[in-house]
Amino acid sequence: MTMDNTLQPLYQQTSYFQLRTGFDWLWSMLVLAGATYVFAQYHALMDGYEVAILLASATLLIWLGWSWSTLKSFSLSVAAFSLLAISIYGSDLAAAESKFLLKYLFASQSAIMWMSALYVMATLTYFAHLLSGGDFIGKVASSLTWCATAMGLVGLMVRWRESYLMGSDIGHIPVSNLYEVFILFSIITALLYLHYEQHYKTRSLGAFVLLVISAAVGFLLWYTFDRHADGIQPLVPALNSYWMKIHVPANFVGYGAFSLAAMIGLVFVLKSQAHAANPDGLLQSRLPDLALLDDLIYKAIALGFAFFTLATILGALWAAEAWGGYWSWDPKETWALIVWLNYAAWLHMRLTKGWSGKPMAWWAIIGFFVTLFAFLGVNMFLSGLHSYGEL
Amino acid sequence: MPQSTIRILFRFLGSMNLAITLLVAIAIAAVIGTVIQQNQPYPDYVLKFGPFWFEVFKSLELFNVYTSVWFLTILGFLVLSTSVCVYRNLPKIMRDVSDYRENSQRHSLQKLAHRQKYQSKQTLQATLPILLWVLKDHRYSFRQRQDNAGLIIAAKKGSGGRLGYIFSHVAIIVICIGGLIDGNLPLKVAEWRGKIAVETRRIPANQISAISTLSADNASFRANVDIPEGDQADFAFIDYKDGYLLQKLPFTIKVEDFRIEHYASGQPKSFESDLEINDAELAQAVKQTISVNHPLSYKGFTIYQNSFGDGGSKLNLKAWPLLSAMDSSKQLQAKVKQFTEVSGMQLEISDFRPFNVKPDPSGEKKFINQGPSFQYKLRRPDGTANEYLTYMQPIQQEGRWFFLSGMRSMVSEEFNYWFMPADSENRLARFMAFYQSLRDPEILAAIALQTASSTDGAKQSAAKDKQAVAKFMLVLAQQFVEGGYDKITANIEQTVAENQRQEVLQVYANVLQRLLKNVYLSVLQDEGLDPKQALTAFDAQFFVDAVEAVNLAHEYATPVFLELEGFQHIEATGLQITRSPGKWLVFPGCLLLVLGVFCMFYLPQRRLWLLLEAGDAGTAILLVGSALRNQYDFDKEFELIKQQLAQNFSTVQ
Ligand code: HEM
Repeated sequence: MTMDNTLQPLYQQTSYFQLRTGFDWLWSMLVLAGATYVFAQYHALMDGYEVAILLASATLLIWLGWSWSTLKSFSLSVAAFSLLAISIYGSDLAAAESKFLLKYLFASQSAIMWMSALYVMATLTYFAHLLSGGDFIGKVASSLTWCATAMGLVGLMVRWRESYLMGSDIGHIPVSNLYEVFILFSIITALLYLHYEQHYKTRSLGAFVLLVISAAVGFLLWYTFDRHADGIQPLVPALNSYWMKIHVPANFVGYGAFSLAAMIGLVFVLKSQAHAANPDGLLQSRLPDLALLDDLIYKAIALGFAFFTLATILGALWAAEAWGGYWSWDPKETWALIVWLNYAAWLHMRLTKGWSGKPMAWWAIIGFFVTLFAFLGVNMFLSGLHSYGEL
Repeated sequence: MPQSTIRILFRFLGSMNLAITLLVAIAIAAVIGTVIQQNQPYPDYVLKFGPFWFEVFKSLELFNVYTSVWFLTILGFLVLSTSVCVYRNLPKIMRDVSDYRENSQRHSLQKLAHRQKYQSKQTLQATLPILLWVLKDHRYSFRQRQDNAGLIIAAKKGSGGRLGYIFSHVAIIVICIGGLIDGNLPLKVAEWRGKIAVETRRIPANQISAISTLSADNASFRANVDIPEGDQADFAFIDYKDGYLLQKLPFTIKVEDFRIEHYASGQPKSFESDLEINDAELAQAVKQTISVNHPLSYKGFTIYQNSFGDGGSKLNLKAWPLLSAMDSSKQLQAKVKQFTEVSGMQLEISDFRPFNVKPDPSGEKKFINQGPSFQYKLRRPDGTANEYLTYMQPIQQEGRWFFLSGMRSMVSEEFNYWFMPADSENRLARFMAFYQSLRDPEILAAIALQTASSTDGAKQSAAKDKQAVAKFMLVLAQQFVEGGYDKITANIEQTVAENQRQEVLQVYANVLQRLLKNVYLSVLQDEGLDPKQALTAFDAQFFVDAVEAVNLAHEYATPVFLELEGFQHIEATGLQITRSPGKWLVFPGCLLLVLGVFCMFYLPQRRLWLLLEAGDAGTAILLVGSALRNQYDFDKEFELIKQQLAQNFSTVQ
């Protein structure tokens, strides 16, 4: 008998659901249990849209956990620490000062400080990894990034709770001002990066991507210590809407992905420059090959573009409800459109004209500055309806 | 037009270069529109850019970029270009989606970059199930075709990626058309045809002429109206260019109440209006409360809580004439946004606020409420006016309490504040009594004479000398009241030699101080205090503050000070009323766009072919594949498939 008769597939499974492991199912049960608990506890405070958002978030989280294994244990630790911190708080906001664990670790401002410190350490470690090439150092850098991200998320979760402890009418999801969205930006950018790091099994990009996160952390620290803008403020009436819960995170997936694309664009440019100067140099050997970088830039921009499209549309729907029109040519809106058109042009050039390589890498870097202006510059230099988070 | 010209035009319209040029052009227009603030009053632009550039910018429509003819033209071309693009690509893409390419020729497939040869020892029939299983495992669907060499299996997946192109580009067209319907293109056309003319005067709604009025069946608009509590309106205003148009509504909106709720810290928490919609077609009025983020929809109209303001609050004022003497303070009633006559001037109250929540300067609490304030202009007969902002209650400053009133002569300036000390009963009365005594020649003369007589050397001097000193005091006091210390100093600089100025100034200041003190004591005496008793710390400090207030009074430059004694607050709610039928295109278009974009990126089309040839030694297999994008991921998948096949068949180099 020849071997031809016996089938030897690499995978026995055929259905997506059959591919799920026991941990996957446990994970989905836990997420559902969590969502059910939140619903039971808080449904009095939620309107129909918020229930829908809860359901959608739970589904998304289950799917994310299924697609990306590490995310499961990560989310579970974040949930565990957040619950621990919240239970230490009880119903007393002042516990932040008296309880050791809160004061030094989990009170939102402490957790954010930890996040900041860890991201900066991770950046340095990634650079050490890039220069030394040491595997162990690379692993340490990744772990630091994971820890920083966990601390940041715990900080946001705890802050959410703290806002309710300040007063039930003050409570809101912590994505309402510049301080909070900078944290969100750091976390999302880091998670996107970590995903690509695992997927492509290369840690050499970390140094560059974490640079942008460190810059965000720098801003955050300045904002905290110089501007004292780290306190929880009640929402202005215009922001008091369920739309904020989806519009803002979707936007920051966009911003995060565009930043990632820009930093990889920078690596691309550096590497091709280095190649011209010294084909056997350090950067040359340590950094991934140009084809991979090129593909990553495309992937990041595609992801960013998709989410930015979604976010802008969600913003338009929100505006239709709050401002009396889905589009008002308010400066923030207009700059969102500019960012979007810019990347639309980028994608057309790449996909229909077949442009790639260095010009597209440069364009991705320039795109970052356009994005940065839409994100920060508009708040600093232009006035309009989006008046949260003035600098 | 000859056939070929049309074809060239068509190709141009659908070309990628035009599309990208248009995208970039819109982006640049948008940058201009955010750098130059849009839709501001024209005089502001004249101030900012000067008359020359104002005219240039105006003719380029840079103050209304998004409604300008050129911008709408670009948008129109984008719609056209995208339509042509979709029209041209549609057949090709539909073919691509439905076609498995099973009719491709062996020799052309053999040239594809992704390929691998295998040899199966079994017959074609026995080999087939394994191959199909592998295809299914990777979620490919397939077709088979028999040719004279054997069998061709054509497989593909991710057709959504191609459909995504159609979805997203059709969506762009749909969204732009919806947006154009809701933009003010129809208004522009009507204006262009001379059917409407913009109104620039501030006149009551019922005096606006028909040519500036839009009928209630206008299909698409965005208009605003302020309605005081208890009042109603069946119209709203559309901001247009440097003026506005009146939009009639087919119903009346009555505002029963407007409320602002506050957080404990004092910041506003919600703005709400209780509305009642009365429509001849309705048996019963519709009643609903709207708030920010919770508008009211009625018959395709949407009514939003947009702003708020004063709806004609009634203020009880006390007018203190600052140029003449005591006893003439007058009570008067005034209404916000109406004109009242005061001391020969026109009082125009523009705003009243019952609360002024400000960051606490002492930093103890985050915010403090500084109480009610009102803002007004006093217009002189020659038409010029100063603007004032006056607080009702005293405000604490370095532990003392002051009445605060700001003045500015130009709207572009900041208010310059005058601080008047509050007396022990937190009233303005003592300061005003002091100030008006200084303005009253008779009282002042008597006190001056008394002061002149009570000085150390005075007993010996003749009555004539005392008279002279008293007269000198009066001159000093007058200078002080009219221009503060500055005026006295300026006077000395003109009349006294430089080396003596310091000394003279000292003497003058002492003399003035004594007079002021006695005036103050007489005010206290009028209040019933015993002048022989030493001043309390409060009264002494009050004197210092009062003198400083008089010193700066001339900068306040008003003939009359208006004290707010009481009010009846009437608010107006600012509503935005819109009708936007275009949203029924825009919203579905948005859904299609999101769907299309995600499909394009995440369902990339991939194709595989298996070319089978039956031979003596079994079956020869050639695996080839191609993908439009995401090459990197396709490489990986192809690698996996190759491994799977290699486990079942022997690989042929
Ligand atoms: C605001 C206008 C437009 C936007 C936002 C837009 C957006 C996009 C995006 C995001 C892609 C994604 C590419 C992908 O991953 O497949 C794309 C592809 C494409 N676009 Fe556009 N587009 C616009 C207008 C146009 C116009 C006017 C044309 C016609 C010349 C055009 C022709 C194409 C073509 C041919 C592709 C490639 C489709 C494919 O091969 O799958 N687009 N467009």
